[in-house]
Amino acid sequence: MMIDLSHFTPGLSLIGGLLIGAAAAVLVLFNGRIAGISGILGGLLSLPRKDMAWRITFLLGMIGAPVIANLLDKPAMAQIDASWGGILVAGFLVGLGTRYASGCTSGHGVCGISRGAIRSLVATLTFMATGFLTVFVQRHLLGG
Amino acid sequence: MTAITSLLAGLIFGIGLMVSGMSNPAKVQGFLDLAGRWDPSLAFVMAGAIAIASIAFLIAKRRKRSFMGLPMQLPASTAVTPRLVLGSAAFGVGWGLAGLCPGPALVVLGAGYPKAWGFVAAMVAGMIVFELLERAAPRVAGKR
Repeated sequence: MMIDLSHFTPGLSLIGGLLIGAAAAVLVLFNGRIAGISGILGGLLSLPRKDMAWRITFLLGMIGAPVIANLLDKPAMAQIDASWGGILVAGFLVGLGTRYASGCTSGHGVCGISRGAIRSLVATLTFMATGFLTVFVQRHLLGG
Repeated sequence: MTAITSLLAGLIFGIGLMVSGMSNPAKVQGFLDLAGRWDPSLAFVMAGAIAIASIAFLIAKRRKRSFMGLPMQLPASTAVTPRLVLGSAAFGVGWGLAGLCPGPALVVLGAGYPKAWGFVAAMVAGMIVFELLERAAPRVAGKR
């Protein structure tokens, strides 16, 4: 294994992580809800529709963060290497998969593990494993 | 009030994703590329987030209601089911393909990247397909 020191950002990533943890803390302590993005978004799409307001404002806050960053001339930089076809397949798999799994990186990976839920640990290890495998196949077997 | 605290939580979450570098799909894929030049940053994000969130959940678990008097809605399910594992596996494939999971996808969408709009549209489509399949098979509905 070779560590990519040119891209490794332990300090900023730790600080960003603390902020994500703080956001999850605010949502559970004030609203009594789990900061799981797929669940918050999925809840808007399921019937019967209920408690829409906090879901919508949470998502607006998430989308608003980079909008504010843009206005402050500190735009979020994103390099998206996947093709359009790859993006659409990936998005569909993420939407369907996270709803069947009742959670994603935030709901299981951050909140679930923080609650000590074995179920969430299993989910996290599973999506990390298939994520590793997918990138391995893509970059090292197919060479793209 | 509850809509405002969740807006704040969403905003902090989005800022955390940007600061941590996790709103950049190339960086996420750098973490998932164990066999290449590995960027361990995402592990530091998880560590920081879990450090704060685990304290918050320790407090949350002892309470029946949130600071604002809302019911504490922590997930009750503890079962490791096939749908949890298969859903997580599918999610991980999509995550690896694009380097995007639901939270960062919303942030990159807010930053104005067309491919993120495509990803989120496909993700919402995947979530709607889940809802339709759940409605078509009411026997298993609710068993998450």
